[in-house]
Amino acid sequence: MNNLLIKNGRIIDPASGRNQNGDIFIADGRISAGPAGGDFETIDAAGLVVAPGLIDIHVHLREPGQSRKETIATGTRAASAGGFTSIVAMPNTTPSADSAATITWIRERAARDAVVNVFCTGAITKDLKGEELAPFGSLAAAGVVALTDDGRCIQNHEVMRRAVEYARMFGLPVMDHCQDYSLVGDGVMHEGEWSLRLGLPGWPRMGEEMIVARNIMLAELCRSPIHCQHISSGGSVRLLREARARGIPISGEVCPHHIALTDASLRGYNTNFKMNPPLRSEDDIEAIIGGIADGTLNILCSDHAPHAAYEKEVEFDQAPFGITGLESEFAIFCDILVHRRKAISLDRLIALYTIEPANLLRLDRGTLAPGAPGDVTLIDPDLEWTFDKSRSLSLSHNTPFHGHTWKGRAVATVVAGKPVWSLPKTA
Amino acid sequence: MKTWTRKDLIGLDDLDAEEIEFLLDTATAFKGVAGRSLKKVPALRGKTLVNFFVEPSTRTRTSFEIAAMRLSADVVNITATASSLQKGETLKDTALNLQALHADIIVLRHSSAGSPGFLADRLQACVINAGDGSHEHPTQGLLDIFTMRERFGRIAGLNVAIVGDILFSRVARSNIHGLVKLGANVTLVGPTTLVPAGFEKLGVRVAHRLDDVLADADVINLLRIQHERQRKEYFPGLGEYISLFGLTQARAECLKPDCLIMHPGPINRGVEIDSDVADGSRSVILEQVSNGIAVRMAVLYLCAGGAGLTQ
Repeated sequence: MNNLLIKNGRIIDPASGRNQNGDIFIADGRISAGPAGGDFETIDAAGLVVAPGLIDIHVHLREPGQSRKETIATGTRAASAGGFTSIVAMPNTTPSADSAATITWIRERAARDAVVNVFCTGAITKDLKGEELAPFGSLAAAGVVALTDDGRCIQNHEVMRRAVEYARMFGLPVMDHCQDYSLVGDGVMHEGEWSLRLGLPGWPRMGEEMIVARNIMLAELCRSPIHCQHISSGGSVRLLREARARGIPISGEVCPHHIALTDASLRGYNTNFKMNPPLRSEDDIEAIIGGIADGTLNILCSDHAPHAAYEKEVEFDQAPFGITGLESEFAIFCDILVHRRKAISLDRLIALYTIEPANLLRLDRGTLAPGAPGDVTLIDPDLEWTFDKSRSLSLSHNTPFHGHTWKGRAVATVVAGKPVWSLPKTA
Repeated sequence: MKTWTRKDLIGLDDLDAEEIEFLLDTATAFKGVAGRSLKKVPALRGKTLVNFFVEPSTRTRTSFEIAAMRLSADVVNITATASSLQKGETLKDTALNLQALHADIIVLRHSSAGSPGFLADRLQACVINAGDGSHEHPTQGLLDIFTMRERFGRIAGLNVAIVGDILFSRVARSNIHGLVKLGANVTLVGPTTLVPAGFEKLGVRVAHRLDDVLADADVINLLRIQHERQRKEYFPGLGEYISLFGLTQARAECLKPDCLIMHPGPINRGVEIDSDVADGSRSVILEQVSNGIAVRMAVLYLCAGGAGLTQ
């Protein structure tokens, strides 16, 4: 039936500037101006914030081909438990999502198994090799919302230039994992005091900044949007700030670990602190928080990168990069940005997870305006809780945040008018 | 009074000054054993030591083997090519198998920094780091410091120059941690690419002109310029390296008469050190090798010989 009344909540809808107590009606799966006829379920949201369904534009769902790490079924359940109603899947699957056939497979599997909306990205280049363009036209027809070679970075500037130019014809933004291979080499952690101490190859800031600068120039040249994924370096923030002030269609996103942890966490060679780009310094954290506060960085996401325990339980330099994040990200950002640092308001935090990513990817979501899809997240911004990875709904538990306590959490998730998750009473 | 409570030796960064001194004192006692005609003591009788070398080594492996035999332990040597790591078994599984075979001590040499700690966290067996990537080589650091202490009677206040490829050197890191904790003045010398300024955070000085440090040095420890570990963009070539950082006969003449010339080996004659200097009276390179046995006996004895040993 998908008719729902969410009553007595604090409605925060940054897209319309709304912040008031009231009721939200969902009729036939869409936000409605008033109550629909017929039966409806009721959720009492007294004391809770009622927000548009959160969107995470950077998730590795691992299907097809890597279901030992995650599946569309488990990944979307983890998303729902993090408050997410929509997630964007990265294309580095097996095979990679570089053809309409694979996109169609993912969308059909999602229609069967997913509990939240799954949007697909297509690869920029065939098999993510950075050489030949993937067929953007048929990828667009199959429904991708962006193009990216995430996990890899196209090193050949000419290939990247033509990709961005060609993508413009389809109105598709290009998202880029910014990593200069010659500067990074076999780097596995931030280049600094800790890489010297631990004897691990360093991954210097400049390895990211070089490609951010390249992307700024390409976005300007091609007049087409480029989105820089998981910014980790303070220098990248400065580059993006200057470029955005000049009106260049460039944007950047932030993952929670890049403001919650530093490279000193690698002291024990724990591979659950190994991700790409790596954890950096306090100075980078300050610069990134400054960039979020002034709007330079306008999207938050997880880079949810599940790996099987046995894959991570190896020598540090041989372990895969990446950590899970869907169930912890909103809480970490709420705790650090809103409560502890007071860098942004709760309204802005919600915007960074709703209307901002919706605008980037041109999704008809991220708002509670009448007619919009009935995706809603209920949030208790003051709930203190401790993350326990054994309760995670993800298939993998490679998180550095087990046992961390934060203030703020999504407590219920509604997709198209249907409640898909709520916080268990015992939690 | 110091009690030794560790089952593993992963790095000198983990130890405090008192623990390092205790190890060195224990090594001094064992050095006496080497002078006897009967060189064996029964301390580790019935224990099994596995030399698990996933990276090639002759000197360190042999030294551990001799040290273990002098303590009456049984020794098994495993090298990477002979091990099942070649067949895709993980390090963890291989080590658990060694433990299931009742290995009491695993001496690990591995190209990945952090791998000895990884095993130590997962095994009941003692894990001794015999060199992990560019991280640490604690028994080499200890034997270097042992050799200095034996000659000078102290470490505090000594001016120690470590010369060469510091960035990729586990020997350098173990020396730095041990020497700084015991109060030496450590100067790292080498090209800017191989001795980045960030090392100053470890409590040492960084210099890029060898000629400037020669006159004051009490110890000059030369590291092997490792071609196999080196990427060519770090310095233009051996010729230029020798002219800037090689311990030539001419440079050796600027050293104090009692300055110790050390090298962890294997040496490249004519590269980091002139052949005549390596064989000269101030060179203690072979003494270091001999001392390595006593130091490794001390490490094995303290880690595996029984908990709560007190001096």
